[in-house]
Amino acid sequence: MTSTPPAPATDATGARRDETTQPILDVRGLRKVYRSGDGAVEAIRNLTFTIAPGELTCIVGPSGAGKTTLLKCIAGLLDATDGEIRLDGELVTGPPKGMAVVFQEYGRSLFPWMTVWQNVELPLKEKKVTPAERKRLVREALAAVGLADVHGAYPWQLSGGMQQRVAIARAVAYEPQVLIMDEPFAAVDAQTRAELEDLVRELWHRLGVTVLFVTHDIEESVYLGQRVLVLSNRPTVIMEDVAIDLPDERDQLSTRSMKRFAELRGHVYELIQQSKRGRRPDAESTGEAV
Amino acid sequence: MAHTLRRVVLAVGLPIVLVAVWWFATASSTSFFWPPLRDILGTFVETWWPDRLVGDVLPSLMRLLAGFAIAFVLGVSLGVAIGKSRALRAFLEPVLEFFRAIPPPVLVPILILFFGIFNTMKIVVIITGCIWPILLNTVEGVRGLDEVLSDTSRIYRLSRRARLWHHILPGASPQIFAGARQSLSVGIILMVISEMFAASNGIGFTIIQFQRTFAIPQMFSGIIVLGLLGVALALIFRLVEARILRWYLGLRAAQRGE
Repeated sequence: MTSTPPAPATDATGARRDETTQPILDVRGLRKVYRSGDGAVEAIRNLTFTIAPGELTCIVGPSGAGKTTLLKCIAGLLDATDGEIRLDGELVTGPPKGMAVVFQEYGRSLFPWMTVWQNVELPLKEKKVTPAERKRLVREALAAVGLADVHGAYPWQLSGGMQQRVAIARAVAYEPQVLIMDEPFAAVDAQTRAELEDLVRELWHRLGVTVLFVTHDIEESVYLGQRVLVLSNRPTVIMEDVAIDLPDERDQLSTRSMKRFAELRGHVYELIQQSKRGRRPDAESTGEAV
Repeated sequence: MAHTLRRVVLAVGLPIVLVAVWWFATASSTSFFWPPLRDILGTFVETWWPDRLVGDVLPSLMRLLAGFAIAFVLGVSLGVAIGKSRALRAFLEPVLEFFRAIPPPVLVPILILFFGIFNTMKIVVIITGCIWPILLNTVEGVRGLDEVLSDTSRIYRLSRRARLWHHILPGASPQIFAGARQSLSVGIILMVISEMFAASNGIGFTIIQFQRTFAIPQMFSGIIVLGLLGVALALIFRLVEARILRWYLGLRAAQRGE
């Protein structure tokens, strides 16, 4: 089975291929083995990639590909078994400064005993931001996600999509260097999802933050990303680093109906199918069966 | 309005029926040990107002509140520590089960040796009983904290202090309150028991005094005082709980509504 690889990326945004720029995120030889009582499961075998400042990268993989494990390692929530992760040159040993995560389970990542405002404000208090500055950041972040009028509400009084907006506002107000999103829209309905995807693109443009977006949705990854890292099944390696050479201005209707969009989607889809069937780049090189 | 009225009628309906049954069943009683309710209520005010209210009910209440408050603080602090640490849990669990199984009243003679016969001993008796429901429920509450929320706290680098106040304690508060509610009733029982052994005042002491002097209507009035105290404390507890756990009640209602 030979897939037509996409044309080499003529990178409009530049930064990514520029070797002189220090990567904001540098993952080298990452390996993660879960040990339990009598056995060990190798979740991630060997992942190496870098992400340039300001990039919007999507990570897709079949379910069970260790996407969440990878993300937790990057976020410093899990220790790597091998290899290292550097954020802006600094070795990640615990949750690093300058990183925010938006989780899939919006209902469980907001503090239900705090109002929307308090939820967004708490990390800023801990960051010792002055009260006046705090107020400005919270107000702007909530306005940016379209929630300027629910400051005093509790999260459970809001719809799922709105709760996820609060979580995004919290991350945005925190002013991270790297924003990680772990399948953030997997649990919201399709229309809300499209809105939130555009919101992510818009915030990314406006703030210039580096975004790492993990998803299992192929279309979503192609629509959002400048670049899509396709993962193999477990133990995880990278299948391919696909450059998304779509115009920077994206639109749910016109972008998704572009010929190039269809090609890229087809290509990523094919990679995912291969990876589900067990094709592994690391196996090929050692001559093992496909 | 009609809704409130309905609730009031529902709440007081059964008490009225019970009092009426008691009233009429004993109305013509000549038994020394079952005096008519009329006589009991007749002596009620003169028995308790105002001297015994200040001299007996108030001291009992103060000891109960002191014991409950100390048990609450100890139970929650130990519970948080034990709930957070698997090692501490494994280390302490057998000992905790041992002490929990001991009924506090049997400790009274021993506690008298250590703490004398005055307020300290009585407060310690109340603590030894009240602490368990609070402690064990706090441990469960802390263990049951949501993992995603814990990850969130770590990602945003909340300090230990902030995690305690903004994550652990509020997150465990529904269970803490469930434990505290049980502790309160245990506390009332122990308050009375601790006053039966060596005391010079208190509701329990007074009731025993009436028993021993065959002041039967007065003794019954003391039992009524105890019951009323229980109702009043439960009501206050409910009000505090409704205020602090407003988010929890709302959250549960929202989840049920879906």
